[in-house]
Amino acid sequence: MSAIYGLYPDAAAAQAAVDGLRAAGVAGPDITVLTSFPMDGCRFFDDGSDDRVRRRMWTMAGGGGLTGLTAAFALSWVAETSWPLSVGGLPVFAWWPNLIIMFELTMLGAMLATVVTLVVGARLGRRVTLYDPEVSRGHILVGIERPDRDRIAALTRALAAPAGARLGGNAGA
Amino acid sequence: MTPARPPSHEQMTADLLRPLLRTTWRFFLLAAVCTAPVLAGLVAWATQAYYGFGVTGLGWPVYWGFYITSFVFWIGISHAGTLISAILRLVDAGWRRPVTRCAEAITAFSLIIGAMFPLIHLGRPWLAFWLAPYPSERMLWPNFRSPLVWDFFAINTYLTGSLLFLALPMIPDFATVRDNSTGVRRRIYGVLALGWRGSSAQWHRLETAMAIMAIAIVPVAVSVHTIVSFDFSMAPVPMWQSTIFGPYFVAGAIFSGIAGLIIAMALLRRFLHLEAYLLPLHFDNLGRLLLVMSLLWAYFVFNERLVTYYGNEPSDMAVFWRTQRLSFAPLYWTMVTCNFLVPLVLLGVRRFRTISGCVTASVAVVVGMWLERFLIIVPSLGHKFLPYSHGSYRPTPIEIVIAFSTFAAMALLYVLFTKLVPIISIWEMKAGATADTVRS
Repeated sequence: MSAIYGLYPDAAAAQAAVDGLRAAGVAGPDITVLTSFPMDGCRFFDDGSDDRVRRRMWTMAGGGGLTGLTAAFALSWVAETSWPLSVGGLPVFAWWPNLIIMFELTMLGAMLATVVTLVVGARLGRRVTLYDPEVSRGHILVGIERPDRDRIAALTRALAAPAGARLGGNAGA
Repeated sequence: MTPARPPSHEQMTADLLRPLLRTTWRFFLLAAVCTAPVLAGLVAWATQAYYGFGVTGLGWPVYWGFYITSFVFWIGISHAGTLISAILRLVDAGWRRPVTRCAEAITAFSLIIGAMFPLIHLGRPWLAFWLAPYPSERMLWPNFRSPLVWDFFAINTYLTGSLLFLALPMIPDFATVRDNSTGVRRRIYGVLALGWRGSSAQWHRLETAMAIMAIAIVPVAVSVHTIVSFDFSMAPVPMWQSTIFGPYFVAGAIFSGIAGLIIAMALLRRFLHLEAYLLPLHFDNLGRLLLVMSLLWAYFVFNERLVTYYGNEPSDMAVFWRTQRLSFAPLYWTMVTCNFLVPLVLLGVRRFRTISGCVTASVAVVVGMWLERFLIIVPSLGHKFLPYSHGSYRPTPIEIVIAFSTFAAMALLYVLFTKLVPIISIWEMKAGATADTVRS
């Protein structure tokens, strides 16, 4: 069995399932909680990764912006010096108009880097090993991927304990 | 204003997926009605491409007419969506949830339509790639000191950012469609959902990405219409060289954008039966915003007119009087009525600020803002500094058909979009409803 999970009707039951799994010795990052919308008010477990992720995404966006800025500077420099035209008394490499190009490409770089970070970090486009379409219908899924064979019974008990739990095993979308 | 019992999560999913999962003859009828003018517009464009610019009313000295008017107008309408949506996201306005996707879709489609106009205006659209900076065998690069090249970068950045800003929050909804459909549709939405499953890590990353995108897209949106204003204010043409044009254009863009959004929301509410989601509260809030923008627009117009009047520069004053008293006066005063008087009465008086009142004011604003773009461009170009450069402009049916067809194109794109994507974000509505319940 590559995954075991329980489906819960509300956040309180899902939290009880998570607490049960933690009590059974499962580490927070090994527990998967799937919801059909972000449950900002619920802290199923806090391993401090949220701040790390946020910092990393902002850093990547900043890096993308710097890359865009560098590309814009290089592009405008190459373009303007390759074919030096005298326009309206402006210098061949005119800073004021070039700042516009640099601003636009800086922001473009930041936005593209954000999307790439999201796709890679959220593991989008990869094969799903633990999922149940009931999540889209409002249930909260709490599960464990690739559980130890000898601990399956204990983990199943922990998942079955909260009120309204429905157990399942291994699913893919 | 708000219903006593908001829809349950199951009801939300059912209501918001209904337009995707059920197709009636009304959809095909509406699509056909929208497609016919679009086809007419394409035929007109093909005619222009074949016979050349002689079939238009463009010529010395008015080389910018309906096409550039429509270009500026549609870029302005695009400010409805991403900018408003991003600001509302950043201030965490709870009432934004049913509005954001309607608004972001307007941005994407109006930018695509707006960006078509420079191509139409080229006359030889197949040479449009000359605008792109690439090392060709001609060794000729675009002039980076030209506002038209700034347009190229600004619009493409805004379009890319807006499409991503629209697409990212659609991923969880694609997963919902996948899980609630069968057969080919399930496979297609399975691909579009990119394997989304809604883990805490995915939600956290998506919300962080949306926050970064919102912060990045606001200055880009402001820059886009400022740069569009530079197309005019950088040119030595009477009443164009003005430092006020940047903020004046941005305010006008947001103004017309909100009007476009209100009209779109009213149509969606009516035809998709979204009365439980697009509430009178949303129209009331947007109506207030439209009123504020109307007052801001009037403030900018007053500034522009007063400074020109006091400057008393002959070439500026010639254009000034052409618009206020002479040949363009009927259009000018229609514009003032549509953009200021109608919104002031319909949105300023609480009793009139109903859904119908907001929609009527919005239609007036859309008409008024199109006229405003026209009145910025044509009177000035037709009355430059020396008498030899004075002339007139009369649009031909080709130009009128093309300009009109873009409204139908906008409607068609919107109709198709509502068929393929939940027009109201399902997961955001659920999150909002849950947050409201927790708060209460």
